[in-house]
Amino acid sequence: MSGNELQITGVFALGPLAITGTVLTTWVIMAGLGCAAWLVSRRLQLRPGPLQTAVEGAVAAIENAITAVEPLHAGVILPMVATLWIFIVVANLAGLIPGVHSPTRDLSATAALAFLVFLSVHWFGIRIQGLKNYLRHYLSPSPLLLPFHLVSEVTRTVALAVRLFGNIMSLEMAALLILLVAGLLVPVPVLMLHIVEALVQAYIFGMLALIYVAGGIQSQHPESSKENDRA
Amino acid sequence: MPDLTSFVTTSTLAATLGIAIGVMLPAIAMGWAISRALDALARQPEAERSIMRTLFIGLAMIESLAIYVLVIVLIVLFRNPLLEYLLK
Repeated sequence: MSGNELQITGVFALGPLAITGTVLTTWVIMAGLGCAAWLVSRRLQLRPGPLQTAVEGAVAAIENAITAVEPLHAGVILPMVATLWIFIVVANLAGLIPGVHSPTRDLSATAALAFLVFLSVHWFGIRIQGLKNYLRHYLSPSPLLLPFHLVSEVTRTVALAVRLFGNIMSLEMAALLILLVAGLLVPVPVLMLHIVEALVQAYIFGMLALIYVAGGIQSQHPESSKENDRA
Repeated sequence: MPDLTSFVTTSTLAATLGIAIGVMLPAIAMGWAISRALDALARQPEAERSIMRTLFIGLAMIESLAIYVLVIVLIVLFRNPLLEYLLK
């Protein structure tokens, strides 16, 4: 196998730019999701059909999960986190299609997603709190903790990228290794595990992004409002 | 090339030992976290949602440690950057 699972090869070249399978799959997923979102939201009705009910159920579930963490500004961060969730679920599951690799198997793709989360933490934090209040939380318990805040900004972004990449890549590699050792149908249970793991990893990535963004926003009384919301 | 044999042997040994130890400790930590979460769940079943959410986040954090080990081990096995000094 010589580690070619680890390597990302180019499919074709666009001038000096090598287009890898990751980019291609990501584009296809993006186009598919965009079209699906447009088609589903085109003709909304007050008495929804089965398709609209299903989509509304999914959106409502996502909204509930976000409201449980960040009740005050759920509407503002919903588009980002919901997009991350939906995209990563589809991207992880794309690895099940024969001949297609998950885009999230590529460290570049997951690093891009993690960098997006890194930027959006500051973007939402500054937009909702104001620059001064946002920067103050770096010094919050005591200015001595400033280096730790800065280090944690970097390490959690790296951890976010490596976690998704490592999980998906190791899943594909495990299926391949079992295929090498055993017969044709034996890797099927591993592919079942792939489905579970893809959903769990997408949930965790989106949840961590949500928690980081909510931490950057730091609403005034998150605990009390959360309790009220649940009661 | 006698150097290459010892290099391959050592890196395989290090990789297997590394993944064994690197999975063992996060497994202990995960078991600890799950048992604590079940304790809390038995005491306060109404707090299930927030307990489960925090548990999942914590498990993801712990799991990523094992994933770091796996990534390092795979690099050592398949993409060792030191190999080219030997092959030159």
